[in-house]
Amino acid sequence: MTDTPATRAASATPPRVARKIRGLSDRAIAWIFVGPTIFLLLAINIFPLIWTIRLSFTNFKANRNRPLEWVGTRNYERILTDSDIWLNMQATAHFLFWTIFFQVLIGFTLAYLINKKFKGNDLWTTIIVLPMMLSPAVVGNFWKFLYQPQIGLFNYIVGFFTGKDPSSFEMLGSVELAPWSIVIVDTWMWTPFVMLICLAGLRSIPDYIYEAAEVDRASKLRQFFTITIPMVLPFLMLAVLFRGIENFKMFDLVVQLTGGGPGSTTELTSINLKREAFEKWRTGYASAYAIILFVTVFGLASIYVKALNKVKER
Amino acid sequence: MKTLKLASVSALSIAAASLANTAQAEDLTLCWAAWDPANALVELSKEFEAQSGHTMSFEFIPWPNFADRMLNELNSGGKLCDLLIGDSQWIGGGAENGHYVKLNDFFDAEGISMSDFADATVYAYSTWPKGTENYYALPAMGDANGWFYRKDWFEREDIRAAFLEATGRELGEPKTQKEMLEIAQFFQGREIDGQTVYGASIFTERGSEGITMGVTSALYPWGFKYENTPGSYDMDGAVNSPEAVEALEFYKEFYETATPPGYTNSYMGESLDAFKSGQVAMAMNWFAFFPGLYADPNTGGDKIDFFVNPPQNVAGSTLGGQGISVVAYSDKQDAALEYIKWFADPEVQAKWWDLGGYSAHNAVLNDPGFKDSAPFAGDFLEAMGSVQDFWQEPAYAELLLAMQKRLHDYIVADQGTAQEALDKLVEDWTEVFEDEGKL
Amino acid sequence: MSSFSVTEPTQRTKWVSGTLVIIYALVTMLPLAWIMLTGFKSPADAISYPPKVIFDPTLEGYVNLFTTRTRQTDEFLAANPPETWYEEIVREYDMVIAGPSKFGERFLNSVIIGFGSTFLSIVLGTLAAYAFSRFKIPLADDLLFFILSTRMMPPIAVAIPIFLMYRQLGLSDTHLGMILLYTAVNISLAVWLLKGFIDEIPREYEEAALIDGYTRFQAFYKVVLPQAATGIASTAIFCLIFAWNEYAFAVLLTSGTAQTAPPFIPTIIGVGGLDWPAVAAGATIFLLPVMIFTILLRKHLLRGITFGAVRK
Repeated sequence: MTDTPATRAASATPPRVARKIRGLSDRAIAWIFVGPTIFLLLAINIFPLIWTIRLSFTNFKANRNRPLEWVGTRNYERILTDSDIWLNMQATAHFLFWTIFFQVLIGFTLAYLINKKFKGNDLWTTIIVLPMMLSPAVVGNFWKFLYQPQIGLFNYIVGFFTGKDPSSFEMLGSVELAPWSIVIVDTWMWTPFVMLICLAGLRSIPDYIYEAAEVDRASKLRQFFTITIPMVLPFLMLAVLFRGIENFKMFDLVVQLTGGGPGSTTELTSINLKREAFEKWRTGYASAYAIILFVTVFGLASIYVKALNKVKER
Repeated sequence: MKTLKLASVSALSIAAASLANTAQAEDLTLCWAAWDPANALVELSKEFEAQSGHTMSFEFIPWPNFADRMLNELNSGGKLCDLLIGDSQWIGGGAENGHYVKLNDFFDAEGISMSDFADATVYAYSTWPKGTENYYALPAMGDANGWFYRKDWFEREDIRAAFLEATGRELGEPKTQKEMLEIAQFFQGREIDGQTVYGASIFTERGSEGITMGVTSALYPWGFKYENTPGSYDMDGAVNSPEAVEALEFYKEFYETATPPGYTNSYMGESLDAFKSGQVAMAMNWFAFFPGLYADPNTGGDKIDFFVNPPQNVAGSTLGGQGISVVAYSDKQDAALEYIKWFADPEVQAKWWDLGGYSAHNAVLNDPGFKDSAPFAGDFLEAMGSVQDFWQEPAYAELLLAMQKRLHDYIVADQGTAQEALDKLVEDWTEVFEDEGKL
Repeated sequence: MSSFSVTEPTQRTKWVSGTLVIIYALVTMLPLAWIMLTGFKSPADAISYPPKVIFDPTLEGYVNLFTTRTRQTDEFLAANPPETWYEEIVREYDMVIAGPSKFGERFLNSVIIGFGSTFLSIVLGTLAAYAFSRFKIPLADDLLFFILSTRMMPPIAVAIPIFLMYRQLGLSDTHLGMILLYTAVNISLAVWLLKGFIDEIPREYEEAALIDGYTRFQAFYKVVLPQAATGIASTAIFCLIFAWNEYAFAVLLTSGTAQTAPPFIPTIIGVGGLDWPAVAAGATIFLLPVMIFTILLRKHLLRGITFGAVRK
């Protein structure tokens, strides 16, 4: 970093040339600096995206060498009218809603408690944060072990507190419980993220506002609802946005936990997409699917950001 | 191509080039699934290394990921594997998409005759289009889905008496699918030596091929056919026939009434675990595991015995097993072919069986001592006499995944009826074959 | 500080909230502790009911993780007595060690690809962030938004064309291919975070340097870089953790040569049954570096998370 060809040239060359390098306009430098990043993103993000759009109108299959045929919007029509895919969307919506719900609830509570600045709070914060730093695939794989009906720790603990037989319920295997088992693991993993953002929000509230409220003899409860909540809300909404986008893309954790099962109860859209694209190799069809998902996230996120900006302005 | 070019230069250089090729010691990578026989193959291959001077590396992938990973590898034109022991259903895609080297010329040149191998295995593992003399693999490992049970429990007087009282029958190896279910239900929830045991562990896995392999073990004995007339892709009335519906309902009943709790996504590994931990009286699994099971210190030896997938209307077993192919993207095809030549040798095949691999070579199978060489050897021969395989079409993955979904949705997630599941399956498959231009 | 400040919580509040947070922290640590514990159990102890907290620790899981084993005949076993402690462990199951497993290689791949992509993301990201921070770039806001929006794509969707492209270019299952891909994914976050850090460095410093006769480049690396060092370090940790943990691309685009540990660990299965202690051992070895990192560098990391998110 400290020794780039340009700097070496600048210090070693005679003044006239050096002036020339020095004379590189800011604009030129700017492009030299930004160029590689833009190039990389074009090559690995944008070009493939355009390619995907193109493929989405074909019947291409990446595992076959047969001529590519244009099929117009048939892939899109098929996907949007496929009732199985709507079930995948519902599973995704269920997952999204409840993970965000629990993470906001627990995350905010934790942030609120930590903000009471008890002794050693930063160490405990770090410990709470640990799960979100870990590899979701590895974590998912191990939670599968914890969820085993007979031998799993989770079932044992639930059984211990509720008196139920630990082999009488199957977190991953039953249609009723499986959607909740993935919510539990995701909540365990990502509550700390919401907590940290909320904590930043709480810490951004200046003390004098509470002091002023105290002078006005506003009750603690009132202070909470008229100061704390509104001031933290923009932060909280941001956290929701990030979790929303991330969980819409969710793949690794759930694929390791349930693989989409039982049946198709936890088959989130990403898992379904993976099956179409890399197991069935219906590349054209999967490309259309990918575009639909991308447009969905992008659209929802844009609407949400508008709402967020309104809240911020207020 | 390469030789053609060289030929135009001079005959001498060919000789030199091929000499250089064979003399060169290569490091060959063989890809297969991670299971007992793979370890036996490592042992067996040491002989090849000593003989040829080549070294062998192995890439063994666990079954749940095997198809996924290897097909991905082939489709991306990867050079990871020089030799691949690929699943029987891949042969169509392997041949049509040029992943596998066609072996006819090589077999002719080296005097390897496919008639030396069991017909069922050649048909299933080597040929594409099916049954034609176009070979893309050498039968490497014969296999079928079979059953094993706790012989010590079946022989106990108290259990036998209880069974006789409950069913009016003597307890023994089941002769039909329905008898098997009855036995499994008898053991379900029974206390044996202070432990609660269950009937049987069967395949219910969703991700790769598990539940399909399990259900077909019921479908085939009920007389299931994929098409009304072979080669017509005319499936309505065959795939969803009344017999198929009955077989599917049977499997669901089996799953619901005679398997241990929590086995909602179980395949080979889980089935073995359930049996070895003493949880179940019976279990289905591939013959490939039987040598390891027989050798198991806790549940093997005189505590275990084996039986062929019982018939119902007809005899039928689900085919497993693989052929060994040379990957077309490999740079070391000559050395890889040398390996195949070595492997096809009857003496090597005999040693392969001794080490725990299932040879498909007639010299091994027809040997008078074969039937008594292991407690499951006779069962193996019987099973291989009535095996049926899943589609081997190039689009097999689409066909399989559709079946996985429909079966798991019905059996484990308890959605819809058996008739609906199979009707939907016919729709899915019809769509696939329409896309293929075959309908 | 006045002890009577109205915003300072009372001792009782502190005590109650502290207790609640600590309980949550302990509960949240339980699964992780269980993973580590299971790594030292025998397979039988790992699947015993009720779950065992006290057991005879063994390194079996770790031995199984790092080796491949084959079953052998009694004669062979009798003729070759075990020579090392790990041979002895394997002998209990009538097996011998056939060679090392792939775990070491996969772990090394994770290291190479993780550090390679982090280095590249930081170099490119710092340059771009500096440019965005200091120069007027036409459509800068749009560009920045575009850079960020690339993270909204589900990885599987991105992987479809990348798979085809890499197949054409011969980048499938190569270290270079994975490094480039992870860099492309990481760079949006890197630029975003770093721009924030560089924005905080007063422009006056560079301007003074420029007046002293430094070139722009010199001013950049002699003045700005040292000031941004902390920011760069914490950004680097984020990039590293992402690349370390990534699964979707790795499972789809690598198979052997360049496969990283996350797709490999779930596939550690013993011969004839699930070998939970080995899986746990693999998970422990893989997760531990990140956990230690997190605890040691908590100040930078925690600030980075909130900062990165809130700025967006």
